[in-house]
Formats: sequence, C-alpha cells, structure tokens
Amino acid sequence: MDGPVDPALLSQVTDAALGAARSGGASHATVRVERVRTQVVVLRDGRLETAIDDTEVGTGVQVLSSGSFGFAGSVAVGAQPAAALARQALEAAAVTAPARSRPVELADEPAHGRVEWTSPYRRDPVEVPLGDKVGLLEEWSRRLLAAPGVDHVTAYVMAVREDKYLADLQGTVALQRRVRVHPQLEALSIAPDGDFEELRTLAPPVARGWEYLEGDGWDFDDELARLPELLAEKLRAPSVEAGTYDLVIDPTNLWLTIHESIGHATELDRAMGYEAAFAGTSFATPDGLGTLRYGSPVMHVVGDRTTEHGLATVAIDDEGVAAQSFDIVRDGVLTGYQLDRAIAASQGIARSNGCAFADSPLHVPIQRMANVSLQPAPGEGPSTDDLVSGVDRGIYIVGDKSWSIDMQRYNFQFTGQRFYAVRDGRLAGQLRDVAYQATTTDFWGSMEAVGGTGTYLLGGAFNCGKGQPEQVAAVSHGCPSVLVRAVRVLNTRQESGR
Amino acid sequence: MSAAGLPSPADLAERLLGAATRPCIAIVEDTHEADVRFANNTVTTDGVRADRRVTVVLVDAPDAPGAPGRAGIARRSGDVDVDALVREAAAATAPAEDAAPLVEGDADEGFGDDAVLTGLDRLAPVVGGLAGAFRRAEAAGAVLSGFVEHSVTTTYLASSSGLRRRHVQPTGALQLVGRRDGASAWAGVGGAEVGDGELGSLEEAVRRGLGWSARHVDVPPGRHEVILPPSAVADLMMFLAEAASGRDAEDGRTVFSRPGGGTRVGEQLTPLPFDLWSDPEEAGLECAPFLATSISTADVSVFDNGLPLGRTPWLAAGRLGRLRYHRAGAGRSGAPAAAPIDNLALALPGASGSVDDLVAATERGLLLTCLWYIREVDPKTLLLTGLTRDGVYVVEDGKVVGAAGNFRFNESPLDVLARATQVSSTVRTYGREGGSWMNRTAMPALRVPDWNMSSPSQAV
Repeated sequence: MDGPVDPALLSQVTDAALGAARSGGASHATVRVERVRTQVVVLRDGRLETAIDDTEVGTGVQVLSSGSFGFAGSVAVGAQPAAALARQALEAAAVTAPARSRPVELADEPAHGRVEWTSPYRRDPVEVPLGDKVGLLEEWSRRLLAAPGVDHVTAYVMAVREDKYLADLQGTVALQRRVRVHPQLEALSIAPDGDFEELRTLAPPVARGWEYLEGDGWDFDDELARLPELLAEKLRAPSVEAGTYDLVIDPTNLWLTIHESIGHATELDRAMGYEAAFAGTSFATPDGLGTLRYGSPVMHVVGDRTTEHGLATVAIDDEGVAAQSFDIVRDGVLTGYQLDRAIAASQGIARSNGCAFADSPLHVPIQRMANVSLQPAPGEGPSTDDLVSGVDRGIYIVGDKSWSIDMQRYNFQFTGQRFYAVRDGRLAGQLRDVAYQATTTDFWGSMEAVGGTGTYLLGGAFNCGKGQPEQVAAVSHGCPSVLVRAVRVLNTRQESGR
Repeated sequence: MSAAGLPSPADLAERLLGAATRPCIAIVEDTHEADVRFANNTVTTDGVRADRRVTVVLVDAPDAPGAPGRAGIARRSGDVDVDALVREAAAATAPAEDAAPLVEGDADEGFGDDAVLTGLDRLAPVVGGLAGAFRRAEAAGAVLSGFVEHSVTTTYLASSSGLRRRHVQPTGALQLVGRRDGASAWAGVGGAEVGDGELGSLEEAVRRGLGWSARHVDVPPGRHEVILPPSAVADLMMFLAEAASGRDAEDGRTVFSRPGGGTRVGEQLTPLPFDLWSDPEEAGLECAPFLATSISTADVSVFDNGLPLGRTPWLAAGRLGRLRYHRAGAGRSGAPAAAPIDNLALALPGASGSVDDLVAATERGLLLTCLWYIREVDPKTLLLTGLTRDGVYVVEDGKVVGAAGNFRFNESPLDVLARATQVSSTVRTYGREGGSWMNRTAMPALRVPDWNMSSPSQAV
C-alpha cells in the first residue's frame, strides 16, 4: 500500500531515528511519519466561499529514557533529521527528568511485526476534483434555495486522508490509511420581524469515501427534500414551556451526550487527574470501578477501536498497541476505562486497550477516545415510535447543536436541531428554544428504555479537542433512540432574559 | 537554511513566485515551539517542534474589489516541491466572490532574514523551578497541574505586486492549577516570553485561592451579583468578536443583524461607553501589522493578503463600530474593510482600580476565577452557556469570606456589557479557555449585578 512517503525513505528514517534513540540510552522509542491531507469546501448560497487543500507531512520521535518521556517533531522527513529528532527527544527527556516525581513505565505490548491496514472506502474523497465537489454542493444548495421560506444555505464538506507510519524499538511496524468525510448543509429562514431559525442535515461524519455523498450509507436526496418544510415548521413553532419532561432522544442527538458524559468521563488519564490543567478530570474515579452506578440496568457501553466505518477505528494505535473492543459500562455499572500504555501501567493494568493517538506527526501521542457506543436493546427491541408511545408529556429531540459539560463531567446542557412535543404517546408538532440540562449519573440513571437495532445509528465528530498543546481527534459513537424520564428542560429565550 | 534543515523561507517564497505563470501570493510560515505539561506534581509530556507551512495563491485579480476574479490555493508543510505546489494551486483555481486587486507595497527591510528559533531553554525559568514548586505543593497537601509553552512564528509574505512582508511573532504562556481538599484554583499569564518570576507569582495566586476555599459557603443557583476578572471577560469577549462577521449579520443570522435587513453598525449597544478594539500596535499585545491568510471565508480573503492592519474599533463608546469584511464584501456593502487581527482589548475610558478594588466595594457578591466550556446556545442573542471554574469566592462587606461551588451559567456577552455597573482599569490577561487560541488580550474586571447562574455543578 502507499505510505506517507517513499518506502525506502521510511526505512532510512526508521533506522536513523531508532538507532539514535537506542544508542542514546532510550529504553523505548517510537518514530512516526505521517501525511495528512485535509480538504474543506464551503459554499454560501450556492457560490464557492472557501476551498482548503492542506497537506501536513512530518516526523515525530518519542523516547523513554531513564523513566522520562521526551518528544521532538519536525516537518522534515529524512535520515539526518530523524536522527536529530531522536537526539532532541533524548535531550527533552533529560531536561524534564528532574521535575518528574516518579518514573514513567509502559504496560507491556507484544511486537506485532509488520501490519498494513486501510479503512474501507471505494472512492478516495481527497482525490475527487474540486470542481466535482463544488458541483455537488451547488446542486444540493440549489434544491434548498428553491424551496419557499429558505433564505440562505451553507453547504460544507470536509474530507481527510491520513497516512500514518509507525515503527518502534519492540519491532512493530504499522502502515495505516484512514479516510473520512463529513458533508453538511444548513438552511436559514428569516421571519419578517427578523426572527430566524436554522436547520441542518443530520448525516453524520463517517470513515467512508466519497461514495457516502453518492448515497452509500445515507439518503441525502430524502433528507434535502424534507428539510425546507421541517425548517418552516420550526420557525412557526411555539416556544417551549420550561419544566421537567420525559425525553425521547434520537441517536442523531444522543451521540454527543454519550461523547461528553461517558466518552470523556471514562478516559483514565482524566480520572487520574492527568488532564486537570485544561480538559479536566472525571467524577468516575478508579475507586468506583465495578461499583459506581453510572446508569440504569439497560445501559451497556462499549469502547471499540474496530467499529466498521468508525472515525476512531485503527489496526494499531500510536503506541504500537493492537486495536481492541472492551466494556466501559455493563448493566449500568462502571466496568472499564480507555487507556494508553503509561496510564495503564500507573494503575497496575497489564495491557493498554489501544487508545493512544496523535493528531499530527508534530504532536506527542496522548490517550484519546475510542468509538464509545451505547448498545441497543437485545433482539428486535423497541422502535422510536414505541418509545414515544410510552410518554404522556415529553419531548422528542433530533439532531445535535449546542453542547457544554463541566470539567468533571457532571453537569451538562445540550440543545438540538428539532424538538417535538409528545402528548399522550404521540408527536404533537415542533417546539423551539429547548435545552436539556442534567447531571450525568442522574440522566443515565433515569434512562428507562433503549431502542432496538432498528433505531441504532453511528454518529460522531471530527473535532474532539484534548491536551496541551490542544489536539483534535475524530471519533464515532453509536447508539439507539432512548427514553429518559424527568429531565430538566430550559427555555433558552428565557435564559437570555427575554 | 532553517533549523529543520529546510531552504531559506524568503528564498522559497521568491522561487514560488518565479514558478507561477499568473499573479501569485506566497506565504511561508516557520514555527518553532517548545512546551512542558505537568500534573499530579510531576511532568507528564514535553516536546519541541519545527513546523513550516507553505501557501501558494494564484489569482486572476480584477481592477476593483468585488469584480469577477479567480483564485487557486494550495497549502503544504515541510520541504515542498515548488513546481508541484504551483501546479496544484493552478488545478484548484475557481471563480472567487472575494476577488480584489493585489495589495501593493514595498519590501520589508530584513525580509531575507532567517526564521527566529526557540526551544526548551526559553522555558528554563519555569522548568527549573517545577521540582521545587511540586515539593512546596506536596508539603501543603496540594497537587499542581499546568502547562508552559513558547513559540515563535516567522511569517514571510511575497506577492507578484512587489510586496514583501516579514513578521516575527513570539508567544508564551504559563498556566498553573492547584487542587486541595475538593477545591481548585487557577492562575495564568500570556505574553511574548515566559519570564523569570512568573512561576512564583502564579504559585502565590493559587495559594491565595486555595486558602479562600478553606471555608465553604452554600450559594444556590439563580441571579447573583458577580465580579468577572479580566480572564473571564477575555473569554466572553472572544465570542463577541468572533460573531462580528459583516456577511453573517447582513444575512440576518447574528446578534448584529438588524431586523428587517442590514446590520446594527452605529447602534448604541451598551449604556456605558465601552471600547472594544484590535490593534497590531497595542502596547504589550503587538501582533502582525498585515493580513496573512491561506483561506478565504465569508469575511476574510486571500486576495487581501498583505493588507495593512490598524486599530479597528469593534465597539466605540458603546456603539457597534465595525464588522469584519474583506475588501470585496466591504465594497458591496458600502462598509469599511476590516480584517481579523490577532489581539483584542476592552476598556471603559476613565475606569480605574483593580479586581481587588471591585471586591472591596462589594457588599455581597461572587468573585469568579474563570469560565469554562463556553459554547453558543442561541445566535439571535449570542446566548452562551458554560461553567465557572477554579474558584467561586463569596464576598461579604468587601472581603472574601469563603468559596461556593461551581455553577452553569447562561449569558450573552453583549448583555453582560450592557448590564455592567462597575469596571476596573484594563490589564493584560489570558483567557482560561480561549488563551491558547488568542493569547493577546487586555481586559478590565466587570461587576454584573444579576448574572444568571442556571444550575449548580458538583465539579471541582
């Protein structure tokens, strides 16, 4: 398979970097060479506004020397620069060693030899000509702009191809390619008095090729056809009465609640305080492992770096650990964490479950999120309509929008794209100005039912941030529709004092 | 040669212009960085990096802003193949709504100079003191976390018009978080360098905050009088500045849209005559005096590369003064062009005093430390939600008497300015959440009599 650079050059870089690290006294060393091509195309009202085509190429070397980590990265790729990076990483490890209160140790991982892996795709999205991308977004924009009540349309697609090479002193050599796309259209409708509402497509970002925009995995034609009427109804909808409601939450909204209140909360580096300076910590501390009641008994959550079309799916992580699937919450109880090798070793855990990732060859790998997914009900399970039928007074929430959660992952607030009043078990038209607010364990503890596999959808994001300097990772979250009882709902217009 | 063994950035820019068969803008940005991160009273990660980003913009530039034109952009890192990059830009050429004539100008003296370097040695005043800080924290039963970084970006911009600009941007920051007995305290500083003595002064600020937290005071959610320190004000004002897109306002989708069409430029938005501005020459906040961008957006244009930047009054005496426009958009809208500038300052003319003075003048209120996880909830009002973090201190009769728990808030930065009743003098500050995105800010502290604490947060 194609690598980030010529194979002969990769071999020279590996020998130079790992040789310099070994001769400099490193007990462990990893070299990565990456080529990450990122494209963004934005059309405003059918006309091209932004076209980005950016390729990042570079080398990163991490060493462990006398119990101290050191890292150096550069956009230069070659034997000499790689050896120089290894020496700089050793020097960094030495400079910071006096301020390390305890030596870094790594959980064991067997050498995996040579591994080659490519995420499944049929048409490489970054090789699709700009004109074709613009042409499709123009056509989609035209359809929306032709509909009554649509005043403006923003069309967007982001495409990434990530070629990553890794070699370490243990003998693992991994060559991996990951491809992902995220198309999105947003329509804006403005009332005569200046009031306005926006509505965007629900199609999630996925680890697929351009074929996704051609209908493989999502029906864009259907979604675009329905969007203008849904937007018109939203602009006419009454403002919600703040209070306590039963919520039926669609997977297009729930994936983000999972991401924030489960995904980040069960990263062991956070739970141990290693992200306390910026991203934050977690209420789900290790003393609760096996006993913390995270949610109701219908709650089963799995971390998985092997999910088909998952944005965090790999074969080998950025510390040379093989991808795995593992329980995080089982029967509502905390049963596991996401790990990297150093954090695992610090807790006496024998093996990392493969959650190390660096978003750039110039960044050090840190523990990042697996595809963390809520499992559907066994068997056929309830449909979304079945869940709605069990609600006397509630709201059905579709699509994600605003999100915020505190630094220990207790208190969160989310909005959405569409909100439907539920009365006596039936949908009763859209509402506006809805936000739901809860404490994580209260919310998941009030989850009465999860939908069946027919409601299950893999959502996700390209822009999960963590670490200092901040790194961005793409991650997917699958989930069914769910029914959650007695959740606080705010009226956002009232919250702003109007 | 640069430190990464790459060709001279100025020479590279000239070669890119030479390889282009159409009018061209070349931007080379060399960045060198060093950082050390720590937590649980130990260093966790460190790193040194050498980055180079190269952008080529091929244009068919019109004679007047807004007239038909085309642009093709390609961007790569590292040791680029000049001819290949120019070919990629040519292949990406498409009609451009933001077309405008190339910016004219001369060559900066020193354009050919090498990029400026930095490394871990620039962090020595902090890194050398960390072991001692960890020992002192442990002795006091506390745990320290934090991050120190220094970077230098040297930007070279060359255009077929003859323009040659070079700018050196040093950026440093140090943040310190202390945690003890279920409480946390934060202090942070940004600047061009990470200076001697800064670790010690931040340690002292964290010690003070943890000391105040020794006594817990129950405070329910609801509307409270609060004192927002400059860091919190900075994080709020970044959202206000980000929302100041002229095109978005004209589309009718922002808080700066005028019902019925147009924008609110000229409208009095705050009773107090606040000034909110960006200025490349602002003392202590110096940044690039010309635009260098590799992307076009609704209000920023690659055609405007090299455009001289000056003081831009987003708010002037409480009136909406400017919205962002590229030259083409400004021409269409009859507004002045206003490009983004990498600093932000807020002041009330004549204001004086400090956070401590606001505390001393408070009968009962809450002194916040900083804000966190701030996100837009409703663009109509620019309603934001977020959390208080690292200390909500209870003030009674002019003194801090203890600490409350954290809260989720729902507030609009525009409403906050409109409701502020007391303002301190403006000082250099660093946004707890947004400082890594916009390091260079100067803000006052604000007293807000009825801040909306929507719900309690158990988080520390």
